[in-house]
Amino acid sequence: MDVSARELDLISALSGGLDLCASPYARLGTVVGMSETEIIASLAALRERGIIRRLGVIVRHHELGYRANAMVVWDIPDDQVGVVGRRLGQCDEVTLCYRRPRRLPDWPYNLFTMVHGKDRAAVEAAIAGMAVREGVDHFPRQSLFSLKRFKQCGARYQHRQAAE
Amino acid sequence: MDDTDRAIVNALQGGFPVSETPFADAAQSLGLSAEQLITRIKVLRQRGVLSRFGPMYNADRFGGHNTLVAMEVPAERFDEVTDIVNSFAEVAHNYQRDHRLNMWFVIAAETRERVAQVLTEVQDRTGLLAHDLPKLTEFHIGLKFEA
Repeated sequence: MDVSARELDLISALSGGLDLCASPYARLGTVVGMSETEIIASLAALRERGIIRRLGVIVRHHELGYRANAMVVWDIPDDQVGVVGRRLGQCDEVTLCYRRPRRLPDWPYNLFTMVHGKDRAAVEAAIAGMAVREGVDHFPRQSLFSLKRFKQCGARYQHRQAAE
Repeated sequence: MDDTDRAIVNALQGGFPVSETPFADAAQSLGLSAEQLITRIKVLRQRGVLSRFGPMYNADRFGGHNTLVAMEVPAERFDEVTDIVNSFAEVAHNYQRDHRLNMWFVIAAETRERVAQVLTEVQDRTGLLAHDLPKLTEFHIGLKFEA
């Protein structure tokens, strides 16, 4: 993991967001003590290396009209979860697809897929259609719809020099 | 939201220019001036359509860590536990879901140790079990929404 202390400072300073002004990178530079040219080069490199996945607007899906979201969880045999995960991860209906550990006996599910839609009925129909189409309808699954959102902000990564 | 707002949201979920004049560069393909684009992004943020304007990181690549946590919270304690959980700056999302495990949130921090510490503190302060469900494999991360 080749990330320098200066890059971590930059990651931390940028995590709260970019200033909405004509020269946001120059402004960011004054926060972390780098020139605009250095900032631009560093950000381009961080993006190139996949550390910055994406830079731009981060939307609240609910406010865009995606009023329903379900975390669809599946209990897939361990020797098949890789194949099934790759398959479901490629579906248009699925925005996120992760393998996570089971926590038995409370939690038997090991594959997580997020499905968003305009309303609950649309999401349920999308899930059912996908399960049949992809040949995974026989695996145990549950759809956990969100009832209420209490917090949605970006992950903040604090880089504390003192902690080094 | 009008057509211009929708075009901004669709065009700028990623790919924001890294240059000396990024807003001017991004505005050009949208047929706007830099000032117009900045104003519209500010308004979209004020209205809550945007949670922020900035980066989405792949935290694994710089030693950061995040995990999904599930808790079974008794109905009569839900508000109190929500306040405790949300008081941590490291908690990035928190949703109530229709399951016996009814509270689901993400803890994201700069180190694995800090994530573990927050998890412990949440359990200590609520007296409830918090299931740690870190990702083992990432098959897909899209999360772009068409406006």
